[in-house]
Amino acid sequence: MSEPTRRNRRALPRVLATFGPLVGLVATWSLFALLSGADFVAWSNQRLMLEQTAVVGVAAVGATAIIVAGGIDLSVGSTIALGTVVGALVLRAGGATLHAVLATIATGLAVGAATGTLVVGRWARVAGPALGAWIGVLVAPHQGPWIALGVGAVTALVVGVVGERITPRLPLSPFIVTLGLWGALRGLAKGLGDNQPVYPPSVGGLDALTRPAESGLAALAAPSVWILAGLALAMALVLRYTRFGRNVFALGSNEETARLCGVRVERTKVWVYVIAVGCAGVAAVLQLGYLSMGDPTTASGHELKVIAACVIGGASLSGGQGSVLGTFVGALIMTVVDNGCTKLGLDNWVQEIATGAIIVAAVALDRWRARSAD
Amino acid sequence: MTATDRPAPARLTMRGVTKRFGATVALGGVDLDVRAGEVHALVGENGAGKSTLMKVLAGVVAPDDGVLELDGRPYAPRSPAEARAAGVVMIHQELSLAPQLSVAENVWLGDLPTRAGVISWRTANDRARELLGELGRGDLDVGRSVRDLSPADRQIVEIARSLAVDARVIVFDEPTSSLGSEDIDRLFALVERLAARGVAVVYISHALEELFAITERFTVLRDGVSVATGRTDETSIDALVAAMVGREVRELYPRSPARTGDVVATILDLAGERGVRNATLELRRGEVLGIAGLVGSGRTELLRALFGLDRVKSGDLKVLALEGPRRPAERWRQGVGFVSEDRKGEGLALGLSLADNLVLPRLDRVSSLGWIAHSRVERETARWIDRLRIKCTGPTQRIAELSGGNQQKLALARVLFADADVILLDEPTRGIDVGSKAEIYRWIDELARSGDEPRAVVMVSSYLPELFGTCDRIAVMCRGTLLPPRPVRGLDPHEVLLQATGASA
Repeated sequence: MSEPTRRNRRALPRVLATFGPLVGLVATWSLFALLSGADFVAWSNQRLMLEQTAVVGVAAVGATAIIVAGGIDLSVGSTIALGTVVGALVLRAGGATLHAVLATIATGLAVGAATGTLVVGRWARVAGPALGAWIGVLVAPHQGPWIALGVGAVTALVVGVVGERITPRLPLSPFIVTLGLWGALRGLAKGLGDNQPVYPPSVGGLDALTRPAESGLAALAAPSVWILAGLALAMALVLRYTRFGRNVFALGSNEETARLCGVRVERTKVWVYVIAVGCAGVAAVLQLGYLSMGDPTTASGHELKVIAACVIGGASLSGGQGSVLGTFVGALIMTVVDNGCTKLGLDNWVQEIATGAIIVAAVALDRWRARSAD
Repeated sequence: MTATDRPAPARLTMRGVTKRFGATVALGGVDLDVRAGEVHALVGENGAGKSTLMKVLAGVVAPDDGVLELDGRPYAPRSPAEARAAGVVMIHQELSLAPQLSVAENVWLGDLPTRAGVISWRTANDRARELLGELGRGDLDVGRSVRDLSPADRQIVEIARSLAVDARVIVFDEPTSSLGSEDIDRLFALVERLAARGVAVVYISHALEELFAITERFTVLRDGVSVATGRTDETSIDALVAAMVGREVRELYPRSPARTGDVVATILDLAGERGVRNATLELRRGEVLGIAGLVGSGRTELLRALFGLDRVKSGDLKVLALEGPRRPAERWRQGVGFVSEDRKGEGLALGLSLADNLVLPRLDRVSSLGWIAHSRVERETARWIDRLRIKCTGPTQRIAELSGGNQQKLALARVLFADADVILLDEPTRGIDVGSKAEIYRWIDELARSGDEPRAVVMVSSYLPELFGTCDRIAVMCRGTLLPPRPVRGLDPHEVLLQATGASA
């Protein structure tokens, strides 16, 4: 992410902005290396830490875009849980692995679309289909699938179109929308799983995603790590080198400026959520492979870890600022703390305090850096 | 100041006030005398040290050297609270009220009257009403949230707040920048009333004409030093400007001969979803068209509707061969540019770099195959920084770190970078220093009248001298209706004002 900064006296603060989190990672890692020794430094442990970062990391790559755009997603954990349940259900119904993967990712994309649509205030476009689906499910056992489909579609269309017509757009803060979804999606996952984990007969090789293989690239690190790296790279490039990416920054920094400069604000927002929560869908695939089941209660608390990764990585919750590399590093820092504390035999509560302190310290350091740059 | 010409005692005296920030000398020995009951103009370009001096006065910044006296006693406030307690009050450009709280609460902010430790709302409300009454606004509902008030009324609340501490010195920092001309008149009356009560008023404004209307004496700051002081009625705008910039500004408003070309925009009976009720207009290349009117008359909304930021309800609209309303993205691509009146809230993304702000509307011009070439972005930005003489450390500097004048120049550069043929400027010189203003006027003249290509410029402004100085035609907007534009030659400012207030429509 570097670029020639000759002529630029602010090169140092800029470098710090990019590498500050990296310095933090090296410092944290070195600290644990010193304290716990060989066990922590072993290559196998590095690999393990990368693998432990994969699920939160993938979701955080998406969340970076949301936070840069000035939004927030509190429903990541619930989305992941819902994704694992949907994927497991497809597998249990005899679906192919590919179908399960696609269904899981599609869950993320759909949740993203719903989130974005609610944020920009087109509530009817979400309420219509949601209501239609619900009525369809109620009708299906009595009237058969075709009638249920018809009734559902008509409901969706009527509520959607009429609602859109008779009510003004009601933009909502992403905090509120995703706070609602945080509960609702978790509930939906529980409902779909009938209040218990969904065990497919086999996860169709998805478990291999989170384990290193005997040979090839996957011997170096599990496929999940490569997926994380690939997604992170793709997102970093999109944010920096595409118009969409620059629009996301503009939107997060000042929505009105973005509008004035011709950015289709609403459309961009919806796409940010689709793409970002789509990443949470990918994270759900990894989680499904890791658990070998669909668990409606899994990934609880991930939403905050994801936000923490972004913030430690230098993203600003007021938008317009953040980087994928920073987020990646932020996620790694948290894993290093977790892993290192375990290696030292420290209790869980120590880790939790340490992680909390790091989040606050990272932001404080960032503020301090920003101030000394002025 | 000699001791002999001292009609009133000096309320505030500052002698040799010095302040350094690292290597930069913000104040290099400033002298200032303000008498009780006078309105004293403090002028200077941005960066001349006015705000640092006022921060010293308000106890925000401690001076390195120098003596301050208030009513003959040494005055060295260590905090804004101390300054306030001593009766020194600031009325800021960005009003410092708590928008969610009520008028009365704001008046007493930090000092709500209590009885036995419990806030006495009745006393608070009654006394707030009393203070507002002294300002001629006893009708203002003291229970209302401040955010529901107009900018003018918010200012009244802030002034009432200063009366609440029985102010001895009140500093007005750009008080008229968010007011329409009617409110300005009211404010002037109020300032005079304060002075008549014996308050020493320091009045800071970039609108120099205003100073002649209400101040008795002036002090000019340049590069942290007081370079001139005297009676306002014995000086002139040209002399003030010369003192401020340290050189003669030959002509604030350059005007090349008009060369009216083909029609670039036609509006017929346009009505917008808000603000604009009826507007008909023909805009030609090579001219600067001014739109005068009070704040809230629909001037801004007219530009916004033209640019696709506000919805159009009815009427015909044709800009550069494209009929009907269009989105901002299309307008930019088509060659229409817009500079917003609200630099911080809308015009610029302050957290982003100069480069990011400059190229945003036309990212296509710096990308190939949908891939943004950051080297090209920086090159283009550096070019425009040079051409508009924007003071900054480089294209990647955050725009929040620039002065208002330089920010505004970047907003204008964005329009130039986009190569706009039709340029819509909404209050383009609000709150910026004279030097930057002069440069923006020069650009306006060049864009429309003397550049290689005649462009059309529409300029909305509350500041009549500026409109008369730069425009070829002026149209007045009054309560949503645009009156037919008239050539500026032979037009009387007084008449424009009457039209704007609806008195002679």
